Amino acid sequence: MHIRNNAKRIILYVVLIALALIMLVPFYWMLISSLKLNKDVFSLPMKWIPDSFHFENYKVIWGKLPLIMFFKNTSKLTLFTTVIQLFTSCFAAYGFAKVKFRGRNLLFILYVTTIAVPWQVYMVPQFVLMSKLHLTNSHLGLILMQAFSAFGVFLMRQFYISIPDELCEAARIDGLSEYGIFGRIVLPLGKPAMATLVIFTFVNVWNDFMGPLIFLNSTELKTIQLGIRMFISQFGAEYAWIMAASVCALVPVVLLFLFFQRFFVEGIAASGIKG
Amino acid sequence: MTSKQKRRLKNDAIGYSFILPNLIGYSIFILIPVLFSFILSLAEWDGSSNPIVFVGLENFRHLMDDSTFKISLVNTMKYAVFTVPITIVASMLLAVLLNSKVKGIAWFRTAFFFPYIASIVAVGAVWNMLFQPDYGPINTFLKMIGIQNPPGWVISTDWAMVAVIIVSIWKYMGYYMIVYLAALQGISGSLYEAAGIDGANGWQKLRYITVPMLTPTTFFVMVMLTIQCFKVFDLIYVMTGGGPGRATNVLVNFIYNAAFVQFKFGYASAAAIVLFLIVLVVTLVQFRGEKKFVNYM
Repeated sequence: MHIRNNAKRIILYVVLIALALIMLVPFYWMLISSLKLNKDVFSLPMKWIPDSFHFENYKVIWGKLPLIMFFKNTSKLTLFTTVIQLFTSCFAAYGFAKVKFRGRNLLFILYVTTIAVPWQVYMVPQFVLMSKLHLTNSHLGLILMQAFSAFGVFLMRQFYISIPDELCEAARIDGLSEYGIFGRIVLPLGKPAMATLVIFTFVNVWNDFMGPLIFLNSTELKTIQLGIRMFISQFGAEYAWIMAASVCALVPVVLLFLFFQRFFVEGIAASGIKG
Repeated sequence: MTSKQKRRLKNDAIGYSFILPNLIGYSIFILIPVLFSFILSLAEWDGSSNPIVFVGLENFRHLMDDSTFKISLVNTMKYAVFTVPITIVASMLLAVLLNSKVKGIAWFRTAFFFPYIASIVAVGAVWNMLFQPDYGPINTFLKMIGIQNPPGWVISTDWAMVAVIIVSIWKYMGYYMIVYLAALQGISGSLYEAAGIDGANGWQKLRYITVPMLTPTTFFVMVMLTIQCFKVFDLIYVMTGGGPGRATNVLVNFIYNAAFVQFKFGYASAAAIVLFLIVLVVTLVQFRGEKKFVNYM
């Protein structure tokens, strides 16, 4: 019996390792190609370990396009969108979860209904509206259109609902105002959900491609994702450089992911159970 | 005013003070555009200072005669028909494997989830190189194992969609694997013990316990995936741009081109309403289906 279990375990590891390698091969290929000479990326026979490492690729690319500016723009968009999203979502979620007021249920149903409507359905009228407000081709416009997602309110509200009302009631008897209860009790308790929201918003805004593609025209406003596209169209044959730029674009999200992986997993698991 | 009324009014004021910051932004930037899309779909407008002309259902009539629209709809369905079932099976099996309690399992989960958080632009660039027909690693490998004429992938009208589907499955499988993992952890171990006593083998346990117990999750995943497939754009835009020819032109490509290349905002909105109706039907089917077929214990 014991031997059979060991054999099973070994088979499991072999299968898992093989599958994981297949999943990660594109990233490995990206990394080694970014360290080759442009002309060697496709040279045959393929080298899985390059003969020499050309780290200078990572220096060269910054001079080819204003990548630093693209990084700054992306960071700015990500930071502001995430902060506004977090702040207004937590506030609204408390209203929906813990305060009884007229029209609450109706408004909440409205929020939930629009979660189901894909952005692609209303992106055209949204663009029209933004251009009327002179908010297209500006960071402000992009921040505003992404900072008020119903998803954030929904996520936080579901978490706040699980905080016992008795806790708030006790604080109310002790003379704390609603704002005090929110700031001192509910907000601190909601930290795990906030982490999930921050991480998802961060990744979404950082990786967003279609939003900036539609809304940003001027080069000096563009994001890193659009920057890589520009890189590909201008230096189409400089494969190593394209890969180096792609690696740079991945790094912030990868770091975030490795440090806060737990919250990703919990966030997805929660959304799955809800359905 | 009685004190009860006063208290209600005060509660209303407090309640709205909490939701207003979000509600204002949400109304202007999301709710109004959603409602506006229905109006715009009934109009003709180039986005300039020219007036908006209402044309009734004319846009929808045009769509039905538009061969590019029809192709984009068929392409989207093709994409969905292959992506949805393969992703479901792959992510479920992965979750079952990764539910084992062995050392280092968390590392494997990370590896499978990794593609999901990677930017589509970067991922598209790598895969396009991997799929490079003449010297790319994939075709080099296929030649090595004896396939004389490997496909042209993204530059071939027959294979471009296959390439996109492969990358989609690779990218999103990890996400649904996590959803399944959460569901698996909710299945009571006593079921497997009982089956074990009755002499069930691993395959029978999977077939008669795990899969049926996961039906609610599978339903949820199916709907999420289908909706996700119908709104695909980024990956296709960066890998093939909708081409070659119209081979991978999907619904959102069509909307994008109509609006932001041809400046036919009314026409684009009509196509967007079609997307909305498809998503609506899928969601309603889920609600009905869940009641009918799902196996709750």
